[in-house]
Amino acid sequence: MSSIEERVKKIVAEQLGVKEEEVQTEASFVEDLGADSLDTVELVMALEEEFETEIPDEEAEKITTVKLAIDYIKENLA
Amino acid sequence: MSEEKTVALVTGASRGIGRAIAERLAGDGYRVVGTATTESGAAAITDYLQAGGFDGCGMTLDVADQAAVEDVVKGVSAQFGAPLVLVNNAGITRDNILMRMKPEEWQAVIDTNLSAVYRASKACLRGMTKARWGRIVNITSVVGAMGNAGQSNYAASKAGVEGFSRALARELGSRAITVNCVAPGFIDTDMTRALNEDQREAMLGQIPLARLGEASEIAALVGFLCGSHAGYITGETIHINGGMNMA
Repeated sequence: MSSIEERVKKIVAEQLGVKEEEVQTEASFVEDLGADSLDTVELVMALEEEFETEIPDEEAEKITTVKLAIDYIKENLA
Repeated sequence: MSEEKTVALVTGASRGIGRAIAERLAGDGYRVVGTATTESGAAAITDYLQAGGFDGCGMTLDVADQAAVEDVVKGVSAQFGAPLVLVNNAGITRDNILMRMKPEEWQAVIDTNLSAVYRASKACLRGMTKARWGRIVNITSVVGAMGNAGQSNYAASKAGVEGFSRALARELGSRAITVNCVAPGFIDTDMTRALNEDQREAMLGQIPLARLGEASEIAALVGFLCGSHAGYITGETIHINGGMNMA
C-alpha cells in the first residue's frame, strides 16, 4: 500500500497529464501544473473516488496545491 | 445490466414532445429514463417504453426540487449508469400579461423552465466529464426568440436557457460535451389542441408550412443532436417552427 502522499501525486499526474516527478509537493495545480478550472474540479472528483470520500464544494475550492490535497486527505480520512 | 447502452435522461417525458423524445431515443438504442411530476405520469412512461419493447423506465421528479434532482441522477447512475445524454424538456406555462402577473407565476416558470436546467445539467456533469463525452439538449421555444404577449415569464425562461447553453457549451467543449437547444414552434400536443378554432386559424396564418409540427419531428432533431454525427454542433439553438420565425 502506497502512502497518501504517493497516491495523491499519482492521481494529480494522471488527471493533469504531467509526469509524476513534476508533481512537487508545493506545486500549484493551476500555476505550476497548467490545470484549468475544470481540471481542478475533475481532480477533486478523482481524489474523492480514490479515497472513497466526498469533499464538499467549499472545501474543494481551497485545495489548490498538491500539499493542500495531501493535508486534506490526511486530516479527513485518517 | 445486460449490455452497455448509453443512458439518456429525459425530463417531462410522460406526454407530448417529451414522450416523443423518449421514444425516439429508446428506438435509437439508448436506455431511457423519463421523468414526470406524478406517479401516474412515471408509470405511463414505464408502460409506453415497455410496450415499445424498450428497457427504460419512468421516475417521479419535480425538477424544481434541488435535492430530488440530485437524488434521481444518483439513483439512475447507480441503477443503469451515469446519464451521458440529458434532455431538459420539462416545462410549464403560467400565462398572464405582465401588469397582472403575480410573483408566483413569474417564479414558478423561471424555477421549472430555467433553474431546473441548471440543476439537472450540473447533476449530470460529473458522469459526462468523467466519460469525456456528453450531450445536453435543452428544449426551448420560438417564443424565446420572438416573444409572445402574455408570456413574458415563459419567454424569459426560454431565452435564459439559450444563453445558459452557450456559456455551458464553452465551459465543456474541451471534454467533448455538447450543449444545444431545440426551439419548437407550434407543435401538435395537448397544449395546442386546447386552442379554439379562431386561435388555431390565426396561428396557422403565421406558419409558411401551414400546419402544426409533429412531436416526432422535434424528437428526430433531438435524436440527431444526441448522436455521433452531431459532435461538431455546440452552443447552438436550432429552430423548428414551419418557418414562422426565420432567424
